[in-house]
Amino acid sequence: MKIETRREFLNAALTLGAAGFFMAGCQAADTVIQVAGANLPVSSGQAESLVEVGQAVMKTFESFTPEQEYYLGRTISATVLDKYPAFDNGPANDYVNLVGQTLAAASDRPDTFGGYRFQIQDSNEINAFAAPGGFIFVTRGLLRCCKDEDALAGVLAHEIGHVEKMHGLRAIKQSRITDALTTIGMEGAKQFTPQELNLLTETFSKSIQDVTNTLIVSGYSRGQEREADMAAAALLSRVGYNPQGLLHMLQQMEGRINPDAPDFAKTHPSPEDRIATLEPTLGAYTPYTLPEPRIERFVAQIAWV
Amino acid sequence: MENLMSVQVKQSHIRKGASFLSPILGLLAYGDRVAVVDDTSSGWIRVKSGRVTGFVHESALTTKKVVLNPGAKDVEKAASSEEYALAGKGFNEEVEGKFREENPHLNFAAVDRMETRQISLVQMQEFMARGRIVPRGGAA
Repeated sequence: MKIETRREFLNAALTLGAAGFFMAGCQAADTVIQVAGANLPVSSGQAESLVEVGQAVMKTFESFTPEQEYYLGRTISATVLDKYPAFDNGPANDYVNLVGQTLAAASDRPDTFGGYRFQIQDSNEINAFAAPGGFIFVTRGLLRCCKDEDALAGVLAHEIGHVEKMHGLRAIKQSRITDALTTIGMEGAKQFTPQELNLLTETFSKSIQDVTNTLIVSGYSRGQEREADMAAAALLSRVGYNPQGLLHMLQQMEGRINPDAPDFAKTHPSPEDRIATLEPTLGAYTPYTLPEPRIERFVAQIAWV
Repeated sequence: MENLMSVQVKQSHIRKGASFLSPILGLLAYGDRVAVVDDTSSGWIRVKSGRVTGFVHESALTTKKVVLNPGAKDVEKAASSEEYALAGKGFNEEVEGKFREENPHLNFAAVDRMETRQISLVQMQEFMARGRIVPRGGAA
């Protein structure tokens, strides 16, 4: 195989970056590079560029710009809303956005490409989702596990933790990232050819499936859930919410959750495990009181939901 | 030599202090270049943009040069260098459009509506004050 086209060049570079390589020796002006068992005769100049490009393009999920993360997040959101439709009560959604966006602004990652947005979903199932870029969803069923604003803040802070740590993007398989970067690298002109657009859309579609499958079916790892809970505990204290609210919400969830339901129970560690993880940091749950105006506004906007 | 960074999000703010509640001195847009004054505050970078000097959160900035309308040469440069980020490339509006054509049942209008719910700094400050939420370190 000789490297003649730009596509072959980039594919070779990506394979080199992904699989490692070694130089098998020089043949006059040519160098033979072995990629995945095949010998590729290339010029020494080409070999150098290949190594350079391979190292540069062999990336992880972090290769996606915040702008690309935003477009992934929008489509993942549309998919999540297909499962649980939006609950269209304006004041209730405005209130959830006030709590959520205040927390997000104080987080370790306040600036995503399009900012954080929160949406209530019309479902009795107990669930919440965080799509890349800061699109966060919480069902009516989960809101019913929250006794007050500080408990709601606990739910939202946990989801912000997933966005901050980019857990959604980490669910995208390496092969999609390699494919996406190959196609982007092929695009010399201002616009994609129809074929390139089809290729990239296919990769996009598979990436969406990777993330939604993790969000809806398999769940994040225990380690990632722990990371999101620890980030939440720190964020709640920083903003001025009582992190005990998160513990109370988890206790409520423990009582309400149906272990056989296809919801939060399936994609998250048990509330009991999460409480055990948080207790060394937050202490055992101790009842707390909140200022009256904070109690009243939660009752007005969310308690009936 | 001046140490420059680029804005990697749609919009961000230059603030008076290194806090999310600190007053906004100026707006920044995607691709804007700012000069780093110092980055000794945790999470915040003190920058200069035009006549304004203030703090921007590090999550809004990248050390790469964001190329807003990249041409063929920029694509080549970005493929072999860590120094460039191309705006509008890869997963973009066009790819979303193609995906939407293939998945017409998905409700993108609901996502668009969701995006309109943006809370301003003033709304946030009022919300915190009314709910007597006091951030660690006191109100800004």
